Amino acid sequence: MVSFIIDGKKVEAEAGANVLQVARANNIPIPTLCCHESVAPSGACRMCVVEVKKGKRTRIVTSCLYPVDEGIVVETKTDRVLNVRRLVMQLLMARCPESDVLKDMAKELGIEPQPAFHPDTDKGKCVLCRLCVKACEDVVGVSAIGLSGRGKNKKVGAPFMEDSKTCIGCGACAYICPTEHILMESTDSKRKIWGRTFKMQACDKCGRYFAPIDQLKFISDKTGTPMTELAVCMSCK
Amino acid sequence: MSKINTLEDLNKAAKRGLESIIPSKTKVMVGMATSGIASGAQEVYNALAEEIKKRKLDIILSKTGAMGMDCIEPLVDVLQPNKPRLAYSKVTAKKVPEIIDQIVKGAINGNKPAYRMDEEEFICLGEKKPYLKGPVPKDLEGIPKIGDVSFYKKQMKLATRNCGMINFESIDEYIAKGGYFSLHKALTKMKQDEIIDEIIASGLRGRGGGGFPAGIKWQTCRRAHGDIKYVICNGDEGDPGAYMDRSVMEGDPHSVIEGMIIGAYAIGASEGFIYVRNEYPLAVRNLQRSLDQAREYGLLGKNILNTGFDFDLKIGKGAGAFVCGESTALMTSLEGKAGEPRAKYIHTVEHGLWDRPSNLNNVETWANVPAIISRGAKWFSSIGCKNNSGTKVFCLVGKINNIGMVEVPMGIPLKEIIYEIGGGIPGGKKYKAVQTGGPSGGCLPDSLIDISVDFDSLWDAGSMMGSGGMIVMDETTCMVDIARYFIDFLEFESCGKCVPCREGVKRMNEILQDICNGEGKEGDIELLESMSQGLVDGALCALGSTAANPVLSTLKYFRDEYMAHVRDKKCPAGVCKALIRFSVSDEKCTGCGVCLKKCPTECISGEKKKTHVIDQTKCIKCGVCKESCKFDAIIVE
Amino acid sequence: MTAKTKKITVKDIIKKYGGDKTAMIAILQDVQEEFRYLPKAALSSISKQMEVPLTRIYEIATFYNAFSLKQRGKNLVEVCAGTACHVQGAARLMDRMERDLAIKCGETTQDKMFTLEEVRCLGCCSLAPVVRISGDIHPNLTQDEIPKILKNY
Repeated sequence: MVSFIIDGKKVEAEAGANVLQVARANNIPIPTLCCHESVAPSGACRMCVVEVKKGKRTRIVTSCLYPVDEGIVVETKTDRVLNVRRLVMQLLMARCPESDVLKDMAKELGIEPQPAFHPDTDKGKCVLCRLCVKACEDVVGVSAIGLSGRGKNKKVGAPFMEDSKTCIGCGACAYICPTEHILMESTDSKRKIWGRTFKMQACDKCGRYFAPIDQLKFISDKTGTPMTELAVCMSCK
Repeated sequence: MSKINTLEDLNKAAKRGLESIIPSKTKVMVGMATSGIASGAQEVYNALAEEIKKRKLDIILSKTGAMGMDCIEPLVDVLQPNKPRLAYSKVTAKKVPEIIDQIVKGAINGNKPAYRMDEEEFICLGEKKPYLKGPVPKDLEGIPKIGDVSFYKKQMKLATRNCGMINFESIDEYIAKGGYFSLHKALTKMKQDEIIDEIIASGLRGRGGGGFPAGIKWQTCRRAHGDIKYVICNGDEGDPGAYMDRSVMEGDPHSVIEGMIIGAYAIGASEGFIYVRNEYPLAVRNLQRSLDQAREYGLLGKNILNTGFDFDLKIGKGAGAFVCGESTALMTSLEGKAGEPRAKYIHTVEHGLWDRPSNLNNVETWANVPAIISRGAKWFSSIGCKNNSGTKVFCLVGKINNIGMVEVPMGIPLKEIIYEIGGGIPGGKKYKAVQTGGPSGGCLPDSLIDISVDFDSLWDAGSMMGSGGMIVMDETTCMVDIARYFIDFLEFESCGKCVPCREGVKRMNEILQDICNGEGKEGDIELLESMSQGLVDGALCALGSTAANPVLSTLKYFRDEYMAHVRDKKCPAGVCKALIRFSVSDEKCTGCGVCLKKCPTECISGEKKKTHVIDQTKCIKCGVCKESCKFDAIIVE
Repeated sequence: MTAKTKKITVKDIIKKYGGDKTAMIAILQDVQEEFRYLPKAALSSISKQMEVPLTRIYEIATFYNAFSLKQRGKNLVEVCAGTACHVQGAARLMDRMERDLAIKCGETTQDKMFTLEEVRCLGCCSLAPVVRISGDIHPNLTQDEIPKILKNY
């Protein structure tokens, strides 16, 4: 266990935890965008920055990745910290002018858009948090979508930005996306995502469509469980 | 070639090497580093080979690396027994027969050598070996000694000690200059901690730009938990206009290899990598050859020098990404992935390549190690200035007379580099500034011309040492354009992972483009300044956090230029196309018609011997007229 | 080139590196060298043979400057845009190249003879400004030398 101070409050934490986890456990709010409990943190959005004093050194770090340590002093709302968050929000609002999530978040943090940044028109609502990519690769294990390009041309999508050949239609990416950028259209028997249309499996017991057949096939291949067993929805199991 | 197991074996190889360095017959060396080859050295080498064959002469023809003075390349050094070493400059295939004549006749007619060397420095051994036994022949007395050439006078070649001097294809020559004796000393006479203490005491600081004490890094890595550790060489020299590391990797690859083996032993690493950027194929070839040679001699691999120490090195090639010069991005790239950096809250010396303790140092840093082990920490720290021991290799390029690679003791005044070594600004133009530290650095204007060139002084002045690129600028350089150039570069090279860099640098570029296009607005400069702090604090890696430096630095010293662009919509230096106007001077125009002919849009009209006129509606500001006018009659304002 | 031929060559390259996943960059470099760009079929082939998700390979292929997913022209025209060259007027050379070849930087001429690219840096700073065409270095280049030089290719 280590003890340290955050926003003037003395806290205790397990060694190996990161500052964000401990802050949240102590009801100290720190905004995040690219963070999700199902995947490892990446430190991409920089919203969770805090100011940390360790020994003689003070630096601005992302709390999602900074390991707690004995005796550090953490401040979550200094001028430097707020300045970074303001810059990040202004940049993201210019990148994704259509995103209500970003507008709401900025409002809550008291951040106005920067009129000098001309809004982009080709990024949709994607802030490149890469949660979708991580979910697909690390959680689901399919790797149907990934990152490509570099710098301002970085994108998320299937290889060659074509319709995905390997997507199983599970929708994990759409679920985890913080800005609702990933579009998944669901009708009863069909689901459309990443340019593909997936036939849904109807539950053997109740008849409700609950999952794409491709997804069940994937699970079947991976776990060896026969399709017949998988063709039953969670409520009926 | 048999393995080198003992000091005796090493001495035998040294003897062979010395016979090759100062041979009993004539030797001709051609500077065949990338800069030399770009100037035409390959053609010269081929011509020499042909001429020697044609005349059936018993002459040794060999290759050497970059001596440094690129602007007089191709360089051909001639060493005849008992004569000073003569350096012929700007050699062409046509001049080769005459040079061979001079060798055969033993007399200098026509093409005079640019300088001579009477002895060769063996800095690792602390000696100088003369090329000749007696006095300098009378007909050669007039050839200046290299130490008297203004470009070389104030230089001290330590990291580049063998570049341009030895044959980079010969391991024996490297050994003759003291090579691998340091390794022998380290492995047989020193304990691991002793070696690290020596490096700490020497004060060697990272030459890649960070300036972090190398010895402390080694020590932290040594103490890190883990059985498997790595040593890595950062050869991803990405700053445009900087080629110090390339010169060392091409001209003296063994110095890097030996440094790394010593480091690996001290730290406890069994494997190492030299990460070379994709754009350096000759460096890769020369390193690979040297690695093979070292392995053949048993200086790499299992049971090095019969001490039971196992270590081997591999080359990892970059694929074109400036960001891969950043240590965590480099390691990610070595792992075969896209080179995105990661947070350094947990240091790479503890969790680096494959999550294992990894010690990464720059090429020049590694190249210094054998010399430090050989001559001692005290000797090394006596060179340079307080807290900044040793030398630094720089590439002096841009608006300077003597363009090339130089190595100087730390603490030399900038003035001496620009005016003595560099020979001042060409065309009688006025010095404006020098950019150090590349895209992460800043400019040093005339007001700072007396600054001591060392890590700390440059940092305090708002720039940084960086890897060693020094871009000299004169009155015809627009500082706003320079800031825009660097930001544009970084925008292209940004990995795109974090918001402040990916989006912030892009927006800064947009603002700077607007300013250079005459669309700068009130408040643009203030916005650039306020964004900069957000970048410094918010960016994930040093590429982003230092991205604002060129902007802040040029704003600090040349704010008036920015104001001229934004308020007056003028470019005082005459560079930004949207803000300049080409016209013909009535006074100076002779009506020769050259500009009329060359103009690609045919916007110049005029009769012979009468002042010509430029049609502003058609002029695309390409500048061909100014470039071709012999009477300086084109006005740019 | 048939898909079969492509597979055999890609197979050889993978074999050369012992199928080592960490050598992906080197493998792609060899493929780039063989085909002068990275064909889609080659990337898919690598993905299948090495059992690496295509997204990973595509990420690497689009991250690094050395790789091109588009076929390049017969002659690669590289205008050095290093700082030393920039200070010596490289921007004007690029403008002239774009005008004379009637393409923008990054594009290939219609007759597939030339691909125009920017490169940083060729490291021949004493010869600035420099343009490299199909490996030939053209030092101290001025604008009006360009048409003549291009004719040679």
